[in-house]
Amino acid sequence: MTPVRFSPSSLKEGRWYEYLIRFALGGGATVFTGLISSRYGASIGGLFLALPAIFCASATLIEKHEIRRKREAGLDGTRRGREAAALDAAGAALGALGMLTFAAVFWLAAESSTPAAFIGASLAWLVVSMAAWYGRRKMRSARTADKAGGSAVSRSRRG
Amino acid sequence: MTEYLVRFLVGGVVVSAFAMLGDVIRPKSFAGLFGAAPSVALATLGIAIYQHGTGYAALQSQTMMAGAIALAVYCVVVCQLLVRAGLRALPATMISLVVWLLVAFGLFAFAGGQG
Repeated sequence: MTPVRFSPSSLKEGRWYEYLIRFALGGGATVFTGLISSRYGASIGGLFLALPAIFCASATLIEKHEIRRKREAGLDGTRRGREAAALDAAGAALGALGMLTFAAVFWLAAESSTPAAFIGASLAWLVVSMAAWYGRRKMRSARTADKAGGSAVSRSRRG
Repeated sequence: MTEYLVRFLVGGVVVSAFAMLGDVIRPKSFAGLFGAAPSVALATLGIAIYQHGTGYAALQSQTMMAGAIALAVYCVVVCQLLVRAGLRALPATMISLVVWLLVAFGLFAFAGGQG
């Protein structure tokens, strides 16, 4: 199983304007949510707290970086770029389960204690997201091991 | 006006922080978790409590659950469009926004939500 690690050098791959775009998108999404809430009410505004506006930019940047890296190595990189963005999307799907837990914990705790709601909801997001990711990895490794074991058995029977 | 400027700055900082964290973490599927980090929610709920009180923020987080389920469906659709349909990231993520809207508002209507 691939261990989780930090790769600070990845930050050098980004251009300054890419960080600026993400800052503007993040700010824009927060302003947009505020406008929706004040125009249509807190319930509708709440839906937009999970709007994947930032994800569009992140996935596009990941694809772009991967293509750039492959082209520097003399390869096309289009397929690899798509695969990198797809991996990011698969991770985000698991992160969305964490976000669901974040919302549930915040909803339950908000009226009793504000700091507890923020800390509890953030921890719940982290724990559930990581647990979902590790669970998926375990299942995938078990499936791969089963397949490898199955083909070894059939090979030995044939032999 | 000041309120929206504060929203813009707080949202920009929180979203950028989570995005940079996602940039430096490997493997990519783990970094993807940060693509669904509640960054906009953290910024917005904090401002909502300051301006309108905890009841308002609690109501927002209640309907946020429908948005989060829609986000999970959205990510699966994006993944399929990239891998099976061979679309590039930008069109795949933009087209799938329709799915997010349909699922989020569908769940909201199903739960009998009112704005």
